[in-house]
Amino acid sequence: MGLLEAIIISVIAASTPLLLAAAGELVVERSGVLNLGTEGMMIMGAACGFAGAYFTGSTLVGALCGIAAGAALSLVFAALTLGLAVNQVAAGLALTILGIGLSGLIGAGFVGEKITPAPHLYLPVLTGIPFIGKILFGQDGFVYFSVALVVAIWWFLYRTRAGLILRAVGDSHTSAHALGYPVLKIRLLAVLFGGGCAGLGGAFLPLAYTPFFIPGMTAGRGWIALALVVFSSWLPGRLAAGAYLFGAVTILQLHAQAFGLGIPSQLMTALPYLATVIVLVLISRARGSAGSVAPASLGVVFVPDR
Amino acid sequence: MNAVPVSNPSARAPLLQAIGITKHYGTFLANDSIDLDLFAGEIHALLGENGAGKSTLVKSMYGLIQPSAGELRWMGEKLELTGPSDARAKGIAMVFQHFSLFDNLTVAENVALGLDGVESFGAMSARLAQVSRDYGLPLDPNREVWRLSVGERQRIEIVRALMQNPKLLILDEPTAVLTPQEADQLFTVLFRLKSEGRALLYISHKLDEVKRLCDTATILRGGKKISTCDPRQETAASLARMMVGAEIGEVKATSARATTVPRLLINDLSLEPDDPHGVYLKGISVEVKGGEILGIAGVAGNGQDELFSALSGERLAPREDNVIIDGHAAGHRSVTDRRKLGAAFVPEERLGHGTAPRMKLSENALLTGHAASHMVHRGFVDKPKTLETVDRTTKTFDVRKAKRDPEAVSLSGGNLQKFIVGREILREPGVLIVSQPTWGVDAGAAAVIRQALLDLSGRGSAVLVISQDLDELAEIADRIAVMFHGHLSAPMAAADSTREKLGLLMGGASPAEALAGVAKEASHAVGA
Amino acid sequence: MQLVLERRAERSTKIAILSPLLAIAFTLATMSLLFAILGKNPIMALYVYFIEPLTDSFTLMEIAVKATPLVMIAIGLSLCYLANVWNIGAEGQFIMGAVCGSYLAVVTNGTDAGPWVLPVMLVMGALGGALWAMIPAICKVRYGANEILTSLMLVYVADLIMDYLVRGPWRDPQGMNFPTTASFDPVATVPTLFETGRIHWGALVALIVVALATVMLGRTIKGFEIRVVGAAPRAARFAGFNSKRLVIFTFAVSGALAGLAGIIEVAGPVGVLQPGISPGYGFTAIIVAFLGRLNPVGILIAGLFLALTFIGGEGAQISMKIPLDLTKVFQGILLFYVLACDSLILYRIRLIASPKKASQGNVHGTA
Ligand SMILES: Nc1ncnc2c1ncn2[C@@H]1O[C@H](COP(=O)(O)OP(=O)(O)O)[C@@H](O)[C@H]1O
Ligand SMILES: [Mg+2]
Repeated sequence: MGLLEAIIISVIAASTPLLLAAAGELVVERSGVLNLGTEGMMIMGAACGFAGAYFTGSTLVGALCGIAAGAALSLVFAALTLGLAVNQVAAGLALTILGIGLSGLIGAGFVGEKITPAPHLYLPVLTGIPFIGKILFGQDGFVYFSVALVVAIWWFLYRTRAGLILRAVGDSHTSAHALGYPVLKIRLLAVLFGGGCAGLGGAFLPLAYTPFFIPGMTAGRGWIALALVVFSSWLPGRLAAGAYLFGAVTILQLHAQAFGLGIPSQLMTALPYLATVIVLVLISRARGSAGSVAPASLGVVFVPDR
Repeated sequence: MNAVPVSNPSARAPLLQAIGITKHYGTFLANDSIDLDLFAGEIHALLGENGAGKSTLVKSMYGLIQPSAGELRWMGEKLELTGPSDARAKGIAMVFQHFSLFDNLTVAENVALGLDGVESFGAMSARLAQVSRDYGLPLDPNREVWRLSVGERQRIEIVRALMQNPKLLILDEPTAVLTPQEADQLFTVLFRLKSEGRALLYISHKLDEVKRLCDTATILRGGKKISTCDPRQETAASLARMMVGAEIGEVKATSARATTVPRLLINDLSLEPDDPHGVYLKGISVEVKGGEILGIAGVAGNGQDELFSALSGERLAPREDNVIIDGHAAGHRSVTDRRKLGAAFVPEERLGHGTAPRMKLSENALLTGHAASHMVHRGFVDKPKTLETVDRTTKTFDVRKAKRDPEAVSLSGGNLQKFIVGREILREPGVLIVSQPTWGVDAGAAAVIRQALLDLSGRGSAVLVISQDLDELAEIADRIAVMFHGHLSAPMAAADSTREKLGLLMGGASPAEALAGVAKEASHAVGA
Repeated sequence: MQLVLERRAERSTKIAILSPLLAIAFTLATMSLLFAILGKNPIMALYVYFIEPLTDSFTLMEIAVKATPLVMIAIGLSLCYLANVWNIGAEGQFIMGAVCGSYLAVVTNGTDAGPWVLPVMLVMGALGGALWAMIPAICKVRYGANEILTSLMLVYVADLIMDYLVRGPWRDPQGMNFPTTASFDPVATVPTLFETGRIHWGALVALIVVALATVMLGRTIKGFEIRVVGAAPRAARFAGFNSKRLVIFTFAVSGALAGLAGIIEVAGPVGVLQPGISPGYGFTAIIVAFLGRLNPVGILIAGLFLALTFIGGEGAQISMKIPLDLTKVFQGILLFYVLACDSLILYRIRLIASPKKASQGNVHGTA
């Protein structure tokens, strides 16, 4: 296996959790809800995903546990922000704090344990094709699923009536309500979907990326996923591009550290975080003149009249 | 869409009957046991002051809110609406007072969202083109809504309603945002709908319109039904009496209103909008003398908001001399500095712009008073002083409230507006700039406010009033200019400005065209 | 039947006072459940968590030691949140304050520098925190970059900078390769208040900060400006307040307070700069700010309460083998309940009959 091939494969692996979580958050934000709890949902997905796989030996069960954990946590968020009209920023922060605490509690018993990592696809001839074979036909299920998910979200948003309604709710909840659309119910579904995606993104880490669980192993990926949604201008295609770009930054700094260029390793480790800040600045500045492209009711509390 | 023969309405069964509709909001009674019968082939007016409960009543009829008591009957059968889609399924359509549109979606998408989605998007688009052609309501299906004028936006709402082929069409204050000419076009469509045998419920508080258009009128006041009558048999005065419940005093200018030197000068003001959906201001020049009220008419969204923020200093002008207040070039000065020069401002939006809704009135007095009213000493707030301002405003302008210092949001629209206008007028500003002074305000409060503006100008201040309400401008302004697409027409004396002339300018005609247009219309009227 | 929210005409002052208490009650109930699930006696556990630390003068002082940074940071954050500015990177500003102040302690270590060292360290700490906070502030006002994400990203960066310094240039040569600086000299140390215990002058600084914040928010035009910009931005602009300048101001003040808390923490109770100087003070302070309802005195009480949970959590780990992570869970749950209960200040919850069911009862009457 050539170096470039290896790098591409590792970039894809590093990007996949970001892509999964960010894709879910994109749908949530398109419905007008800002859920800043991605980091908390991801780490819960990681802990519960590991637990599920540890007890059953099945990656699939682990993934489902991760999804369930993320969705369950997002349900708490929904109860607060949709049910009780709580400020979404504050509730999102609370969700992150709770998720980190709970995952520590759940995962404490699993630290140091190992599981078999997610199996990779193997197709007799195709996987053997030089260079592209392993990239296209030798990934694990998470990778294929994440790509399919982004395509499906694009199709949903722009090709289905339900997607149109979701975008409408995010643009003006008062108009959507006046036309009789159940704004809160639609948002609830979006938030649950986003929670499930974040949970799956988190579960990817212990199930496929490293075959063990460490407390805090998401290491800010949830926040980077949130930044990716801003970067993408809420467009699924750009989201995927952004996620792979960030994956590349992460891998590049790992390789640079391995080469030991005399640069302090801490600086290299800080690179993805610094890159996030820089990208946010650049994208916001570029957008400054064109105005915001965020969904118009993003983060605004809605309480219907009855 | 064949016309139903129109016979004597009372001989026929009503299409929709409302029986004892009651709606509570907490302890507040917005609708109090209202009965209403609507007939096919009839335009029924629902008249009432702001806050009378008109919108609340029709929201019940559209299934948007659940009445606390009472029932609806549709062609004699009990009607249970769990939501607007139930109403649409029956054949009830609605054009909302505050549009129910999605700014960042296209016209076609907006229409699709208002239908219940049985046909394909393609079929819907084709039908949209046909209906809009059929009724003479042109629309570009691929444009995003934020690019459209207010009149075009309303067209979307109407076309969307018509595409449901409704038996009953409810229109909530549709002409509030239109030029007189656009309103006339709308009336043509409404007459056609009536002749097609549809029932129309037309909400307004413009009496002349109702007398022209409607067969029956129901008058609401304070949530109660006052009467149902034939508006053509009533005079405007008798309708107004029913709406308001008392005679409204005429507002009067103080006798001697000598105009003095110009106190507010706007010189060739051009300004780029700060949000992408905004309007460019283009070369605006006008002066307002002491003792004069200058009115600026125009349909909403033609740059009035941008002009207001450029005058108030919320946005700075490109040049220092674009705005001159009492001889001081103020184009680059902040809101606070302009207030210190003796200017005062009343924005259109009461809650969130003119006041912080969840803050107390005393804090809202501080909001504009901190600059020039000695409410702050060395950075510390003089609380008794802010309360005293509240008390004085309350007394002078008859602000009704439940306690001495409530939150702004708890006041009714009229009382809050009296507070906001009063707060500024008590400072005796040399220049007052006010936007939509009586928008959504009851007639009593509107009279108090207009009188206060006249009195202020009588004391020698320059007053600039931005308003969509031509009647209001006719009542108080000395000169009137019209805003269209960021341009301001040359002002004309209020005495010379007819509704037609202003209406044409509001629709974008040049002054010369406006004059010619008026002549043409007059000849048409004679011909017809 | 259905639960719905209904806007109150005016905020309920009664609920405003009750809400934090209600939130604590709900949290304790939930915690009891969690203890039971973990197989611990809930009564015992609650006692160890919340009562036992109050029965001993040593732990009482420890509570004050832990509350000091929490209160200082939370006061700064409350100014931000009141102004609707979302600084959630206080943890990073805390660390950078500690790092900047420690620089002086490290370079003067072992010299005969005079008593000027500590005051200068405190100033440097506050400046360091403020400057670190300027990065997200400037990114926001100049470029419109979301301050939530940028301030948070910088926490990771600050942590890595400190990590680099204590493993690299600032490492104690006598430290047997542990990642830590040498112990600070006495002139670089915040003195303790009493002979015994670790409670130090920083606690008094925190009290002064609370007093100043109370005066500023309640009495001055600046405090009014902060509240208006947060509550009604457009009205604030109309009032002539510059929201961009206020973003800079609130970030600077909260960064300075976090930085000051950071240097006081390392120069006081910790005594060296090393990884793990903060058990997440910067994040816990977010909870303190909300639990204290963004009110300085409320924050003081809330800070003491959360400090109690840190101490109680440590006690519970030792005596009952309850995992330390439970303290974080507790804090997260508490924040949820606080936010939920606060919602009742503006809304009331009402039970209504859902329209469909109501219709079934009436259908026969008219048919
Ligand atoms: N959701 C609501 N909650 C409380 N009060 C309301 C609500 N909607 C309307 N109201 C009040 O009910 C009254 C009638 O409002 P509305 O029907 O909109 O009047 P209008 O006749 O001007 O259309 C007003 O005083 C208004 O403040
Ligand atoms: Mg209305």
